[in-house]
Amino acid sequence: MSSPTSTPGRRKRNRDDIPATPKSTAKAGSDGQVSPPSQRRRGQDSSNGDLPAMPTSPATDIASPAVHDTSLFSSPPQLYSLEVDMSSPLMYGTPSSRVEGTPRSGVGGTPARQRPDLGSIRKAPQVDLHSDADGAVASEQALGQKLVIWGTDVNVGTCKEKFQRFLQRFIDPTSNEDENAGLDLNEPLYMQKLEEISVVGEPVLNVNCSHVQSFDADLYRQLISYPQEVIPTFDMAVNELFFERFPDSILEHQIQVRPYNALKTRNMRSLNPEDIDQMITISGMVIRTSQLIPEMQEAFFQCQVCAFSTRVEVDRGRIAEPAVCRNCNTTHSLALIHNRSAFSDKQMIKVQESPDDMPAGQTPHTTIVYAHNDLVDKVQPGDRINITGIYRAVPMRENPRQSNVKSVYKTHIDVIHFRKTDEKRLHGLDEDSDQKLFTEERVQILKELASKPDVYDRLSSALAPSIYEHEDIKKGILLQLFGGTRKDFSQTGRGNFRAEVNILLCGDPGTSKSQLLQYVFNLVPRGQYTSGKGSSAVGLTAYVMKDPETKQLVLQTGALVLSDNGICCIDEFDKMSDSTRSVLHEVMEQQTLSIAKAGIICQLNARTSVLAAANPVESQWNPKKTTIENIQLPHTLLSRFDLIFLMLDPQDEAYDRRLAHHLVALYYQSEEQIEEEFLDMAVLKDYIAYARTYINPRLNEEASQALIEAYVDMRKIGSGRGMVSAYPRQLESLIRLAEAHAKVRFSDKVETIDVEEAKRLQREALKQSATDPRTGFVDISILTTGMSATARKRKEEVAQALKKMIQSKGKTPAMKYQQLFDDLRGQSEAAITKDMFEEALRALADEDYLTVTGKTVRLL
Amino acid sequence: MRMWFICRFCCPAAQSNSNPEWEAKVLEYFKGQLKEKESHSWVPSLNDVPLHYLKPNSLVKFRCLVQDMFDPEFYMGVYETVDPSTKANVLRCGKYKDVTECGVDLNSRNTVTAERQTFYCVPIPGESPWAKEISFLSAARVVPSTSYVPSRQKRSYEEDDDDMDTQPQKQREPHTGTHQAEPHGNGDSKRQETEAPSSQTTTPSDCSSHLDLNFPLPGERGPACLVKVYEGLDSFKLNDTLEIYGILSVNPVLTVLGEEKDPSLLLLNPTESMETPEEQRAHDPPASLVPRLHMLYARPLQHNNPLLPSAPTEDQSAFVSSFLVEMASVRAELLAYLTHVLLGDGLAAEYLLLHLISDVYTRRDVLPLGKFTLNLSGCPLNSYTERLYQIVQQLVPCSYRLSMSLHTMNSMRLVPKKDYVANRLVSGALQLARNTSLFLDETQLEQGQLDSSGVRNITALGNLISWQKVDYDFSYHQMEFPCNINVLVTSEGRSLLPSDCQVPLQPQVTPPNMEEYLTTIHMAQFTSQINKFRVYLSLARTLDYSISDEVTKAVEDDFVDMRKDDPQSVTAEDLHRMLVVARLLSLSLGQTTLSRDGWMRAKHIDMLRRSRTEQQKSLNGNEP
Repeated sequence: MSSPTSTPGRRKRNRDDIPATPKSTAKAGSDGQVSPPSQRRRGQDSSNGDLPAMPTSPATDIASPAVHDTSLFSSPPQLYSLEVDMSSPLMYGTPSSRVEGTPRSGVGGTPARQRPDLGSIRKAPQVDLHSDADGAVASEQALGQKLVIWGTDVNVGTCKEKFQRFLQRFIDPTSNEDENAGLDLNEPLYMQKLEEISVVGEPVLNVNCSHVQSFDADLYRQLISYPQEVIPTFDMAVNELFFERFPDSILEHQIQVRPYNALKTRNMRSLNPEDIDQMITISGMVIRTSQLIPEMQEAFFQCQVCAFSTRVEVDRGRIAEPAVCRNCNTTHSLALIHNRSAFSDKQMIKVQESPDDMPAGQTPHTTIVYAHNDLVDKVQPGDRINITGIYRAVPMRENPRQSNVKSVYKTHIDVIHFRKTDEKRLHGLDEDSDQKLFTEERVQILKELASKPDVYDRLSSALAPSIYEHEDIKKGILLQLFGGTRKDFSQTGRGNFRAEVNILLCGDPGTSKSQLLQYVFNLVPRGQYTSGKGSSAVGLTAYVMKDPETKQLVLQTGALVLSDNGICCIDEFDKMSDSTRSVLHEVMEQQTLSIAKAGIICQLNARTSVLAAANPVESQWNPKKTTIENIQLPHTLLSRFDLIFLMLDPQDEAYDRRLAHHLVALYYQSEEQIEEEFLDMAVLKDYIAYARTYINPRLNEEASQALIEAYVDMRKIGSGRGMVSAYPRQLESLIRLAEAHAKVRFSDKVETIDVEEAKRLQREALKQSATDPRTGFVDISILTTGMSATARKRKEEVAQALKKMIQSKGKTPAMKYQQLFDDLRGQSEAAITKDMFEEALRALADEDYLTVTGKTVRLL
Repeated sequence: MRMWFICRFCCPAAQSNSNPEWEAKVLEYFKGQLKEKESHSWVPSLNDVPLHYLKPNSLVKFRCLVQDMFDPEFYMGVYETVDPSTKANVLRCGKYKDVTECGVDLNSRNTVTAERQTFYCVPIPGESPWAKEISFLSAARVVPSTSYVPSRQKRSYEEDDDDMDTQPQKQREPHTGTHQAEPHGNGDSKRQETEAPSSQTTTPSDCSSHLDLNFPLPGERGPACLVKVYEGLDSFKLNDTLEIYGILSVNPVLTVLGEEKDPSLLLLNPTESMETPEEQRAHDPPASLVPRLHMLYARPLQHNNPLLPSAPTEDQSAFVSSFLVEMASVRAELLAYLTHVLLGDGLAAEYLLLHLISDVYTRRDVLPLGKFTLNLSGCPLNSYTERLYQIVQQLVPCSYRLSMSLHTMNSMRLVPKKDYVANRLVSGALQLARNTSLFLDETQLEQGQLDSSGVRNITALGNLISWQKVDYDFSYHQMEFPCNINVLVTSEGRSLLPSDCQVPLQPQVTPPNMEEYLTTIHMAQFTSQINKFRVYLSLARTLDYSISDEVTKAVEDDFVDMRKDDPQSVTAEDLHRMLVVARLLSLSLGQTTLSRDGWMRAKHIDMLRRSRTEQQKSLNGNEP
């Protein structure tokens, strides 16, 4: 009778422990409950240390080891001694561990924790495949080898051994998972993780299923097919191994193995009846989470007459209330004592399939997921997650008053492991989170394509085939889709270098700018499309919202944050309000977004490329004006665009003819013809995704030299005419473009040809957008300072002329404004507008030469 | 008529031998039967026959739009029952059924779990009264079928006879404008009577208030249906229009199961608590209101015009070729009719005609080709647009008039939105079937403030017109659904919405009483004439079209020439539009290739139209 009295006390103590334990980071919401021995005996846990002390009550005596075990075997029970069940997952633990250890050390001392995620497995007796024939002769060892859990082909001993071998030997030198950061990749991976557990004290071992698969395909198959049986076996194996190595370590409960990344299913849509009771991994987005549900694991009954107590397990959501007290034989005297019953935490989570996984034209599917114990409250609505769990189907409850039932099952997933896919956005780890898998053939096709010499042209012409010509713009956008290489200089204090290429398209209305934007938006997985007219600063960045139910502040992210690692297409860029545009400054250079609102202060990553389209202010592009004057955008913002293209109507006959041909063809060619001519959009998508994930080109020596030369040349052009024609920003964007071009070729090195193309493209873009309409020269200062060098020079000249004129007038401390203006006009050969005159006055005022008050000008 | 018998008997028979091939054979059989001439008209239609006249577990058909797709469900494909008295185990089939027989052995090893999906289907939104009426009439011929419950058969016979008698009379009656004006007064008042019992079950205030049948358009009625789909799940898309043949299931158990909720059981059986009450209501509505239909076979509908043969059979091609002969004459008549309707403006009538046969026939990356949104500006005020809509409604099988008043724009839900609490897609007015005519009445718009939902609605309309897509609101993200909707905008000045083509209306006549004028025009048309127009409009849309190389060359030359004179005057966009106009013009004449003449005509009417808009512009420019 030790356990009924000791258990509540123990549980209580443990509850108290929780707040004090620093290690229990993951235990939010769990009550840190320790299973009482009678419960542990049930098998999914390993509590053999307590076995000798187990007999608690007549009720549990019936299920005491010997009797309980016999029920596990289909063959005559007397064949097997107690030792045999040591290999049963229902009863696991090494013989040595059965010796009562010191509390809180060794397998025996560490309490096990129930795994409601695995469900109950008490209905899984072991079967000896050969027992009918020669069960009696077989030695115990041999028997152990042949025993399998009923309904499966899992032999506990072998399975355990295999897993231990896996843990001890598995090495993955190529691992690049962030979880393995800091581990020595040439040493057994999971042994290091165990070591970590002994230090950190978080008793959870995450195991990547693909590792298991590459190590032992058979073990993997068993894990996938019979997770309910195999995972407890894994638990057992790990604990043995762990306490052998670190006999003195103290854990809150025994280590639980959490496999993830099961390759069986990637997509919610592909779940089918065959997946029931198997381990699956699906990805999706959390759309709803429920309140915490306390689920009764074990009911505690006490006899009102003799105070005798008994425990009853919950079986498929039902509790069989004992009708007769075994102690005093009174009928209907047992009452449920709620606060001595065992509960576990549970949460219902609804997950919706992520939009990328869906066929077009259908609605997304949802799945119900149950999280248990410490996985409760791990995810929030809106999170994108990968879930590994066991797929379950439960028949509809039979209604006692109804003779026939609905023939439908309810399905859900019991979670074993959550993995947030967008987690990295918050942590800023530099790795592409999209783990898009490419089949070998696909990779082959892509590589073949990449090896073609004209791949760059092919891809650019495949981009938006319905839009005619504008080859350079398409090439620019293509490079934007690939992006540069991400470089991290945070060690030296400069932070990340922008790898994203920003592009601005400006030009006459009706030159299919919007269409190009729409196309790009449809092409990239994380594209966002907004219109400058309709979007506010809040809609672009992020806002804080109070959840009506929980009164919790929730950060809602806007278009720029949502398109992290993607492209944000902004149409009607010129129509955007100034305050909205100002948020873009930070995003477009630092690639972050700072938010300080309603008590939430944070910096979100927004590593997004911006593709913007702007219309000229006067509806038609005025070729006599500079870009800045035409679109009236602040030059601080313009200088953040790597490439600025003009989309103008070229108005020449040959072009018209080609355009007409193109358009007519669009209307009469059949689908097949089009496909022959152009690359499939899907191929293009994959090509880009592959290059973005796997190709990280670096500059080689020649390319660096070429870049330096290019930059120096650019500076030289300007210095000849007394102006600065290039800034470091131009160099940076040159590097980015060169890298992107190397990515297009699937090359790991940036070579001279990449630099050449980058130079050419940049020159093209500059030629279009930064040509000074007065002189015809390319003048970068139009974009960087908003004024061309010649304009600035002229301004100075006027000011000097004015100064000279005033000086020549001798000592007149005050002059009439209008008089002065007329004088200057009379004197100067060039026409002087009032604007120019005012500017000159202002310049002189800045020199503290004069002041202007109202209509009079005073000298100082 | 024989078919439902077959259906009732083949299932139990198949259950006993549990031969896996029977399922395929059953489907084969039904498909074969339905291919037979006229056979599909034997099957009673849920659209026409009130639910309570249909026998449960019989074969019915339903003409509908897939409004929502629920999650797939697993069901017991084969299960074992234990007879409590004899203890005999029997294998049974769960396919095409909602509930099991009694005494299911849940632990049986013979249970086979299978998968099916539920679609929430509603009658085609905005289906014109005439289309309903005609299909009802054709169905009425076969109504006295065994599908009627015998005890009620007598009454139904009478009614059907009545129908047979009264309907043609009504048809012969000239359709008056006022008569057509009522949205539901579709000329078969008889039918409403027969429907009365079923609508009574819907109308009790407590019932209808919590059960929203989720029709995309306000004021719609008709049965909504939960369709259980067993095969070819991937071939169906949201907003598809289908004619579904399936087994009707209205087992009252379905309702009882949903309602019976014992809170104490909930605690112990958490699987029950997975669904919120809202979700239960949306997914398990009472079977008496939302019947279940187990799909055997579904035919995607290209159009819902009952005057046209629906199946692409030899019938149809014969029909098409016979009609092609008179196409040009019908076109001329229709044009004359529309000219009258548009107050004598022949050019506007021409464009309206082209608009009515337009269709998004393909998409090039994001660009929908073939759309032709018409903006009819300069419409007279005072209910002219309303009358115009009624006339359009008389011609097309599906239409909806959206009066763009400030109030409706701010309050109406145009874009469907996912309701995560009830786990369903709450429909919006833009969830329409293909080729629906959406009539946007901008003359109703007055000055005032649009709130955020109003702005969103206007943006949605703009997107619909420019890209032929609607971004459904999934709260955490948006999802794009391509659509194919003919948008006609009537406005006083130039519309605030984009359009492919703007035609300022230039009335030649100014009738003193507009209503009377339009009514007279309408009355002057015989039903047979109107029917011809209806067939013409549906048919012209389905024709194939091509451009020969020779004409391509000519078009190119023409374009270059036009640009030579004045590059500003003709842009790429203009060429786009002229190519569409040329296409529609050729099709409207029944020509399937573009001829030089066709191209010149297209150019000519486009020129006329442009000169008219410019004229309008200069007129407006002179105004202070």
